[in-house]
Amino acid sequence: MATRTITVDVNGQSHTLDVEPRLLLVHLIRDVLKLTGTHIGCDTSHCGACTVLVDGKSIKSCTLLAVQAGGKSIQTIEGLAEGGSLHPLQEGFHEMHGLQCGFCTPGMILRAVELLKKNASPTEDDIRWGISGNLCRCTGYVNIVKAIQYAADKMREQDVAETPA
Amino acid sequence: MHKANQELRRVGTLRLFFILWLVLSRKATLPATAQPHGRPMIPASFDYHSPTSLDEALSLLKTHGFEAKILTGGQSLLPMMKLRLAEPAHIIDLNGIPGLSYIRRESGQLLIGALTREADVEASDLVRQHLPILHDTGKHIADPQVRNLGTLGGNLAHGDPGNDHPATMMALGARVAVAGPGGPRTIRVHDFFVGFFETALADDEILTEIRIPLPPPGSGGAYLKLERKVGDYATVGVAAQVTLDGAGRCVRAGIGLTNVSHVPVHAAEAEARLAGSALAEADLGAAAELAAAASEPSSDLRGPQEYKRAMVRVLTRRALRIAVERARS
Repeated sequence: MATRTITVDVNGQSHTLDVEPRLLLVHLIRDVLKLTGTHIGCDTSHCGACTVLVDGKSIKSCTLLAVQAGGKSIQTIEGLAEGGSLHPLQEGFHEMHGLQCGFCTPGMILRAVELLKKNASPTEDDIRWGISGNLCRCTGYVNIVKAIQYAADKMREQDVAETPA
Repeated sequence: MHKANQELRRVGTLRLFFILWLVLSRKATLPATAQPHGRPMIPASFDYHSPTSLDEALSLLKTHGFEAKILTGGQSLLPMMKLRLAEPAHIIDLNGIPGLSYIRRESGQLLIGALTREADVEASDLVRQHLPILHDTGKHIADPQVRNLGTLGGNLAHGDPGNDHPATMMALGARVAVAGPGGPRTIRVHDFFVGFFETALADDEILTEIRIPLPPPGSGGAYLKLERKVGDYATVGVAAQVTLDGAGRCVRAGIGLTNVSHVPVHAAEAEARLAGSALAEADLGAAAELAAAASEPSSDLRGPQEYKRAMVRVLTRRALRIAVERARS
């Protein structure tokens, strides 16, 4: 089968690659680009461990062809920290003990990035509904919810601080 | 005909076992791959086509016929391809065709482009304002990430009796617009689902738009879904839509059922029972009984037939109560 040449921007870096049409985006990220922070959990689009942002939208990268991401901008967990300092969500998961084994964490965090972009002041229900496509098998979600609330508070404070008076 | 239906239901029951068998048997026979940890689930090889116009897509479809599958959101198709339940030789990706994603109001209808994402349906003020039943449906489909990709057109064209939109579109009396080599045509949703994963679309046709008549004032609707967990198919889903006249009598009722037969179910007798009634509790109860009688669920991991039929009765009554309340407010 003929390969396709695609250009994708991953965490701000442009890559031009020949890919087989059946290559899944998650395999492009993990096996070709060696960014293994994106995890494969169920491989059937249930668990959300493989969640990444494509043009700012959270999607399950085990259920998107790499060719479909051609020309688009992808963000993975590796691209979240800026200038060596953690993103507020990463900090929140650290501070509030939002993880135990950590397997679901990259997907949880990227899903939460989109959630907070659309809703800067989510209620607990909004957060639980918002992460309903991400499974965690060890925390019981309580601290994950707190971690996202922590990040929401911090990001609102930052927004206020950065707004010119 | 009844025997054929029974046979199809049996096939439905066997679907899960078939998937399991396929996965397990293939794991044993597929050659090892370069993956260090276990075997990845990847689709079989295919040729990928990305047309930039509907005409180009139609001509590709004409050339490759039943060997081709249309890709939009891919949230049902790709899992099937990964499980090797589908091995199309050609994939025609419609995502590069501009102008197929929109929600707009036009001449008494709400028009929804086939490539409109579920997330856009969920967020639409037009939908929230005019069609609360569709807003209910949209937010219960799969999960947020899947809704970011999945399309309303794909949810219908896939023909899965477990999908949620078919019941709602039946309750609303919607039509779908289709493009094909013979020119465009429209199909009533009631006539669209002809078999298990089978629709009235010909091999060379593409669903392009969903057309929903805007309900007149005094209308209300609701979709209720009983599911084991977020993202699961419905154990039972019920869509109910009613329109009242000035005196509070029912002038139109629409009821559709999800995942209780080999096709989405149009509960026509239940609708007829409500028309002309005052929509009193006794009327809703009688309609709920008729909806349960119209269902033909099969026993599976989501429950035995008797339970599902009982849940159709319960959910129909509840959905109708909400629909009536919304119509009156």
